[in-house]
Amino acid sequence: MIHLDYVTILYVGAIGLLAIGAAGLVICNNFFRILLALVVLEAGANLLLVLMGYRGDAKAPILGFGPDGAQMVDPIPQTLVLTAIVIGVAVQALAVSILVRVFRSYGTLDIRELKARFEHDIAVEMGIEPPRGGEAPAGGRIQSSGPPNFRPPESHS
Amino acid sequence: MRRFAALLFAGGLGFVLLVIVTQLNLGQTPMIVGQEMLNVAGAQVGAANIVTSVLLAYRGFDTLGELSVLFAAATVIGLVLGHRRSNAAVDPDGGFVLQAGADLLFPLLLVVGCNIILYGHLTPGGGFQGGVILAAAFFVGVLGRPSTGLDHSVIEVIEGFAGSAFIAVGLWALFAEGEFLMPMLDPGTVGDLISAGTLPLLSLALGLKVGSELAGLMTSLANTEAGDP
Amino acid sequence: MLEWIASLIVITVLTSAVAVLTVQNMVGAVAAASVVSLGVSVVFVLMHAPDVAMTEAAVGAGLSGVVMALGLRKLGLWRLEDDKGSAHALEPTPRPETDADA
Repeated sequence: MIHLDYVTILYVGAIGLLAIGAAGLVICNNFFRILLALVVLEAGANLLLVLMGYRGDAKAPILGFGPDGAQMVDPIPQTLVLTAIVIGVAVQALAVSILVRVFRSYGTLDIRELKARFEHDIAVEMGIEPPRGGEAPAGGRIQSSGPPNFRPPESHS
Repeated sequence: MRRFAALLFAGGLGFVLLVIVTQLNLGQTPMIVGQEMLNVAGAQVGAANIVTSVLLAYRGFDTLGELSVLFAAATVIGLVLGHRRSNAAVDPDGGFVLQAGADLLFPLLLVVGCNIILYGHLTPGGGFQGGVILAAAFFVGVLGRPSTGLDHSVIEVIEGFAGSAFIAVGLWALFAEGEFLMPMLDPGTVGDLISAGTLPLLSLALGLKVGSELAGLMTSLANTEAGDP
Repeated sequence: MLEWIASLIVITVLTSAVAVLTVQNMVGAVAAASVVSLGVSVVFVLMHAPDVAMTEAAVGAGLSGVVMALGLRKLGLWRLEDDKGSAHALEPTPRPETDADA
C-alpha cells in the first residue's frame, strides 16, 4: 500500500465530490435531484479552492493565535470561498423557487416530460408546428394514394 | 446509453483533475501575493483577522459584487413566486415544542449573531457569518407561527439602509483619499475593539444587509402557496 | 494519525454524495446533502480556515437545508416511508379511526 499523505487523500475527496456532482447533473431525471447534485458540486469546488491555499505545518491567518514562528496559510482562497459559499446558497434558493413555480404550472418534475411539454407550449405560442420526435421521417409520410397531381396518361386512340 | 456516457464523462473529469493536481506541489504553495498581504496587513489595516481585512479592505469591490448578487437573487425570488392569494390555505401553527423552542432561541441567536459581527476583525467571524445567524434568528419565529409573517417593509428599510451605508463609506473613501473602499480612520493597535479604521462599520453594514436579505428571502419562500398541480 | 481522520471524513463525504443521487426518498437526499456540507466544514477546520468553516457550517448545513426542506414542503414531497397521512403539504393528518362502537 503506497503511503498516502493526508493532503493527497483530501484532494482525492474534493475531486471525487466534483465528479459525483457532475455525473449527478447529467444522469438524474428528477429536477429536485439535479438541484441537490448542484449542492454537492459546489461543496466540492469550494473544498478544492481552500485546499489549494494550504501549507503544511502552518497556522490560521489570524494575528496573535497559534504558535509563534509558524507560517500562515494563504488568506486569499479563503476570502474567495467565503463569497462563493454565500452566493451558492442564494442561487440554490432561487432554483428552489423556480422549481416551485414550474411545479405549480405543469404538475410534474420529470425532465423528459417537462422538455416535451415546454417545446409543445413554445411551438403553440409562436404559431409554428411542434417539433416531431427523432423517429418521424423528415418531410412527412408518403401518401398511399400517390402524389397529388397525378393523372393517368390518356390513351391515344 | 446516457448513463454510461455521463459516468464516462465524470470519470474522465476526475482523472484529468487528478493528473493536474499531482503535478502541483501539494502543501507547499508558492503564495506570491498572499505572502505580501500577510506581511503588510497587520500594520496597514490594523485588523487581527487577516481574512476580514482581505475581504473588506484589499478586495472590498468583490464584496460589493456579492451584495449585488444577493440583492438580485432576493428580488427575483419575490418576482417569481408572486403574490399570495388571500384565500389560500395557511400552514398550521407548529406544535408546542417548536413554538417554545423558537421563543427561547431567538434572543440567544440574536446575541451570538451580534457578537460574531462586532468582533469580526479580531476573531474568526465577520459580516457574513453573523448575518446568516441573524437571519436564522428572525426566521425561526416564522417557522413556529407561520400565520404571523415578518413585516416586509421593515426588512426592506433595514436592507436599503445597510446597503447604502456600505456604498456611502466607500464613496467617502473615494472622495477623501482617491480610492474606492479604502479603509479610512486610523488603524489603531492590533487587538483592540476600536481598531482597523472603518472596517467594523463596513462589517456591521454587511451583516445587517445579509441578515435582512436572507430573512426576507426565506420568508417569501415560506409564504408562497403550495404547488397544486 | 491525521491520515486516519482524513480518510474517515473523506469516505463519509463520498458515501453521502453517492447517497444523494441514489436514495429514493427525497427527505433522505436532502439530509445526505447536509451531511456532505458538514463533512466539508470539518475538513475546513483541519485546513486551518476557521472563517470558511464557520460559514460553511452555518450556510451549508443550516440555511441550505432549511431552504431545501421548505421547497420540498411546497412541492408536496415531504413525506417519510411509512407515513400514512396525506401527501399534500397543507392538509392535516387524519386521526386514526377508533372502533369504539363497532
